[in-house]
Amino acid sequence: MIDTAKTTDTTPLLRIRDLHIQGHSDEGWMEIVRGIDLDLYRGEVLGLIGESGAGKSTLGLAAMGFTRDGCRISGGSVEFDGEELTTLSVARRRRLRGSRIAYVAQSAAASFNPAHRLIDQYCETPVQHGVKDRASAQAEAVDLYRRLQLPDPEDIGFRYPHQVSGGQLQRAMTAMAMACQPDLIIFDEPTTALDVTTQIEVLAAIRDVVAQFGTAAIYISHDLAVVAQMADRIMVLLNGERVEQADTRTMLDTPREAYTKTLWAVRSFRASAKPPVEADAVPVIRVSEVSASYGKVPVLEGVSFDIHRGRTVAVVGESGSGKTTVARCITGLLPPRAGVIEFNGEPLPPALKRRSKEQLRQNQMIYQMADTALNPRQRVADIIGRPLEFYLGLRGGARRERVRELLSAIELEPDTFIDRYPGELSGGQKQRIGIARCLAAEPSFIICDEVTSALDQIVAEGVLRLLDRLQKEFSLAYLFITHDLATVRAIADEVVVMQHGRVVEQGSKTGMFRPPHHPYTELLLSSVPEMDPDWLDRVLAERIDAAD
Amino acid sequence: MQSIWKTLKGAPPTAWFGLLVIGLYTVVALFAPLIAPYSETEIAGMEFEPWGGEFWLGTDSLGRDLLSRLVYAARNTVGIAFLTTLLAFLLGGVTGLLAAVLGGWVDQLLSRLVDVMMAIPSLIFALLLLTIVGTNIPNLIVVIAVIDATRVFRLTRAVAMNVVVMDFVEAARLRGEGLGWLIRAEVLPNITAPLIAEFGLRFCFVFLTISALSFLGLGIQPPTADWGSMVRNNATLITFGDITPLLPAGAIALLTVAVNFVVDWMLHRSSGLKD
Repeated sequence: MIDTAKTTDTTPLLRIRDLHIQGHSDEGWMEIVRGIDLDLYRGEVLGLIGESGAGKSTLGLAAMGFTRDGCRISGGSVEFDGEELTTLSVARRRRLRGSRIAYVAQSAAASFNPAHRLIDQYCETPVQHGVKDRASAQAEAVDLYRRLQLPDPEDIGFRYPHQVSGGQLQRAMTAMAMACQPDLIIFDEPTTALDVTTQIEVLAAIRDVVAQFGTAAIYISHDLAVVAQMADRIMVLLNGERVEQADTRTMLDTPREAYTKTLWAVRSFRASAKPPVEADAVPVIRVSEVSASYGKVPVLEGVSFDIHRGRTVAVVGESGSGKTTVARCITGLLPPRAGVIEFNGEPLPPALKRRSKEQLRQNQMIYQMADTALNPRQRVADIIGRPLEFYLGLRGGARRERVRELLSAIELEPDTFIDRYPGELSGGQKQRIGIARCLAAEPSFIICDEVTSALDQIVAEGVLRLLDRLQKEFSLAYLFITHDLATVRAIADEVVVMQHGRVVEQGSKTGMFRPPHHPYTELLLSSVPEMDPDWLDRVLAERIDAAD
Repeated sequence: MQSIWKTLKGAPPTAWFGLLVIGLYTVVALFAPLIAPYSETEIAGMEFEPWGGEFWLGTDSLGRDLLSRLVYAARNTVGIAFLTTLLAFLLGGVTGLLAAVLGGWVDQLLSRLVDVMMAIPSLIFALLLLTIVGTNIPNLIVVIAVIDATRVFRLTRAVAMNVVVMDFVEAARLRGEGLGWLIRAEVLPNITAPLIAEFGLRFCFVFLTISALSFLGLGIQPPTADWGSMVRNNATLITFGDITPLLPAGAIALLTVAVNFVVDWMLHRSSGLKD
């Protein structure tokens, strides 16, 4: 530990007053940030919380005196260590960035230059700023890699970005941000793209290194539980305005504003328990001993589970565990190497092309990225109308009438939405249109592939409630693919835990969340952040105990 | 209609200039018989008469009016180039879409075939094919269209590939949609912007190829007027300080520049870049 003391300086390191930022759109300039005040003291970590579009990232970047293309600071001041950033010359500002203020982006994979080795990219900033020569920068890089608990710290810097994992890359980027020992680091959702089991390592590494160097930080996230671990103080944003701010503990225990309370309550949704399945019921989908491979690489080994009418089976696992491959086998996109998939007791032809229209109609799929799942050149009426026409032969007025009914069923106002293009919808609305497109086919089984993971928590909860309601109304069977255990807790009846293409544990939800667990399930469960500021310390301590 | 006007109003001056020139060429090509004082092939005066007087731009080596031939050439050269480009897009576009949507061996077969054709320098390939099939206008159109279709294939396949991997195409496949629907409703509407831009560029190249072939004597055959052969026929005049052969060359250059201005603007719009 070099310096853990949090200085009790009375002048803030970063002082933002009445900041206004505008963004350019077709309708002219729109306010993204509307008059925000912010103080950040040395060694302090401030958490910024809010939905997408709340202005978190814009505010974070503004703390560096930077705005994205098409945005401008239209009023207010950003003062960093006594210097006014908004009026500072470009050259002076450039000297501050990288050396005294650093930024860690959400997607490390997209932020590293794939053509250079990690350590070269690390050394670039300090050498450029003339802070250190290359040799000492390299030595420091190794030291930081070690502090961030990267495996093989001596050599990992000499790899290229594609040769290390996502979590390692995110830590290498944090190391890069620390290179000049900046006074302030801005973390913009650094763990959002990572699996829970990786996230916990990155969180611990970031927190320790920030504490060791006494760096002030702004930690931006939409995940409250994560921010609760990292921040000393939390600020909640909504539509570019500050809702409230307080110490992390105060904020978690006694939120004052109604909006904050809804944010806090967001993970409370639970689908009501369903009666047990009758012993002789034929499952809607039965996956038995399915194995599959991409070329010669095996990705699934002997996977079996049943899904019954009106019930939800959640498949959980990290990326690369084979969750999505199971879905591809069921849909027929990837014919399995061995094993059978039965629909209502009848075996389905393995290949998509051999399946009848009726079989296709009965099995529908909702996608993770609603952006790419809807054709941007088709209107809502055509997107939802096509399956109506294709499967049920509805045309003209009858088709449009049914589209309106379906829009009402997914809780969107038909008159407002029927003639819109996907580009004119929000993320949650797009996902609802995706659901309506499935419903249009009147299926008995729907695969939901990470349907909520690209959505904000409040929006995601709305989608889950909708799915639950539709399940009851139409007795739908769901296969819910997810890496988020909170979603599993909310909606699943049964859980299948997968790792390396195999099922490691399966059973009812209540059983799954009660010990004893398979070691991997245990790891997954304990890695889900909780809304308790002591959670990270507790889990890390427990893991060290268990290892001893 | 109003939105078209709105888009046009936002166009930069270069695009306006381009559109104006293209419009002018189109009018000239369509109303050639009304504009030209003489017919295309009529020998109206003495050989090599100077500018001014009865013949504004003088006459050529046979005594045909140069202005009239310039006007008629707009119809011939531009018309043939347009037809050729259209055919090239039909051929290359359809095969490119098929390769992207079907994938597998269809893609392999088509792509390798195109690779082989693209390995041969296009002007030499065109000369070779034209000497085999004989020089007439339908043959010219088909040969250049086939050669240019390879470039269109490449582009169409590449942009369609970006769309084919999207989830909404997978959703349509899972729905059991046929090939026609996938191409027509899912992929094509999403790649029209780059294809239209490419159409403009391709038109320029086709047009230059035809002019080059005509200059070499294998393109549009006399007495049909076209700019390429007009440059060649009057080329000797340049040694006497007469700029007449530069007029058809200038006509080619001006149209090429104009089309490129418009295409640049359209590419810029479809790329979604600001400033």
